[in-house]
Amino acid sequence: MIQDVLMRDVFVDFLREQMQKNDKVMVLDADLAKCAGTIALEKEFPDRALNVGIAEANMAGIAAGLSSYGYIPFITSFAPFATRRIADQIMISICYAKQNVKIIGTDPGIAAELNGGTHMPFEDIGMLRSIPNIVIYEPTDAVELKKALPQIIEHKGPVYVRMHRKNPAVVHSEDCEFNLFKADVLREGKDVTIVASGIMVETALKAAEELKAENIDVEVVCSPTIKPIDAETIIKSAKKTGAVVTCENHNVMGGLRSAVCEVLAENAPTPVRSVGVKEKFGEVGKVPYLRKAFNLEVVDVVKAVKEVITLK
Amino acid sequence: MAKSELATLAQEIRVNIVNCISSLGVGHIGGCLSIADVLAVLYGKHMNVDPKNPKMEGRDRLVCSKGHAGPAVYSVLAEMGYFDKSELATLNQSGTNLPSHCDMNKTLGVDMTAGSLGQGLSCAVGIAIGSKLAKDNATIYCIVGDGESQEGQIWEAAMYAGSHGIDNLIAFTDYNKLQLDGYVKDINDLASLSAKWRAFNWEVFDVIDGNDVEQIDQAITQAKAVIGKPKMVILNTIKGKGVSFVEAAKVGSHSMSVNAEQRAQALAEIRGEI
Ligand SMILES: Cc1ncc(C[n+]2csc(CCOP(=O)(O)OP(=O)(O)O)c2C)c(N)n1
Ligand SMILES: [Mg+2]
Repeated sequence: MIQDVLMRDVFVDFLREQMQKNDKVMVLDADLAKCAGTIALEKEFPDRALNVGIAEANMAGIAAGLSSYGYIPFITSFAPFATRRIADQIMISICYAKQNVKIIGTDPGIAAELNGGTHMPFEDIGMLRSIPNIVIYEPTDAVELKKALPQIIEHKGPVYVRMHRKNPAVVHSEDCEFNLFKADVLREGKDVTIVASGIMVETALKAAEELKAENIDVEVVCSPTIKPIDAETIIKSAKKTGAVVTCENHNVMGGLRSAVCEVLAENAPTPVRSVGVKEKFGEVGKVPYLRKAFNLEVVDVVKAVKEVITLK
Repeated sequence: MAKSELATLAQEIRVNIVNCISSLGVGHIGGCLSIADVLAVLYGKHMNVDPKNPKMEGRDRLVCSKGHAGPAVYSVLAEMGYFDKSELATLNQSGTNLPSHCDMNKTLGVDMTAGSLGQGLSCAVGIAIGSKLAKDNATIYCIVGDGESQEGQIWEAAMYAGSHGIDNLIAFTDYNKLQLDGYVKDINDLASLSAKWRAFNWEVFDVIDGNDVEQIDQAITQAKAVIGKPKMVILNTIKGKGVSFVEAAKVGSHSMSVNAEQRAQALAEIRGEI
């Protein structure tokens, strides 16, 4: 069952297959290969699966150099160390230099759980989003990730994948069509639009179900790619419903809410409310506690929807 | 504290580490047990601190740069009386003051936040400079992991402290030869670690058994006497020291689950009952 498939396994299986058929594909780790699952590849491809040790900046630079030589390096770490720890290397050696490096950051937001505040990135998307031409993608589930990875490797240029290692609820059907640059209307509705990403997609769908009982007809747009954001789908939905709620496992500043508001403000001004982390650092805890602590629960989405509707 | 008392303190720290981590069921037990002895010697003998006045001016400070060893630091702090030992059971529980990684804004007695490896030594350099400017005669201690020493920032801090002779700084490398994915020498070798630190103008002390309180004590005593240079004490330690199944797990000891039965065995071993 795809429900039981870890996203990390989808990623590692894909890399293995690519490395078998394309000797330009490489993977670089920084002492978290066990966590990413890529440690298996170090045995299978000792020349092309490199573990550089606890030295993320060096990893990013080595990847940029490899890319300039025609290789396609995937670099992995926990999301905070794959982004903010190496922000300038991503900016200069990778993006400004236009190198084809794929950045895999695991355990985004509250998924960092017991690793706590130092490891719980709510800012990674915000930090990278203002860098020209980088693609930022947060897979929703294993089904989608499987379809996204071939498109990511085909895309020439840097891509940041904000990846859960485990298995968030599967919201896509196996035969769904997925385009990395398109948002997906998972549920049609007329009263309000929820634009969600990552683990918050499932939360949004649950909220929509609850609101249906109160005769509120919610449209749920899944927007896993935050940059470039699919403006067309979002504008179309906002024009139809006239109210928007954004939901993300990230700070509301700089992430999905910002991207959606930018699009709407310039093209279709619409009232917006947001569910996401508001001016807080992470802390230790399990997901249910953290959802409560950061207001990422179904009740928070329901509340935001009811509030935004009054603004129509 | 006399040698036998320091050894007893190290034992109690190990007991606390095991209790703390097993109450949650999982944690960074290997890298906690490997520094129990240096923590015992620091808090039991060398550090000028007052658990009843944790913010005392001019106190000595410890930066545990390998922040994932938080439970080891909490274990010595509880033993010294910074907070009640019963609090150790709250490790990583919702709303706790004892998170997996050291946090100066949560835990009484913790003077610097860490968890993103490679940053603590720079902070220790800053604290040491601050103390010099304040002329308060504090000694600043810092514990760095061997895997952590692969971070470039460690060597940025090393170069600056060495170049400026910051001599109120005593750092330790927990040279347990293991990191998360494997052996340090296989992943990114630190070969000639002592020579590297010497080349950065640090006075280096090689402690052959970094889990022996007497050897650690001697090195710290000598280090304190050296003027004009920062000091690096390289502790040749064993990851998981003191608990046979943790030691035997080698790389698997980095983060490991500990059930009730293992906990009983671990405590018996530490107390020398088996
Ligand atoms: C910048 C950064 N990269 C990666 C990690 C994840 N991580 C935590 S502990 C660890 C291994 C540490 O090895 P070492 O320094 O040798 O510690 P010890 O053996 O004493 O546990 C890693 C990779 C981190 N906390 N910070
Ligand atoms: Mg180590």
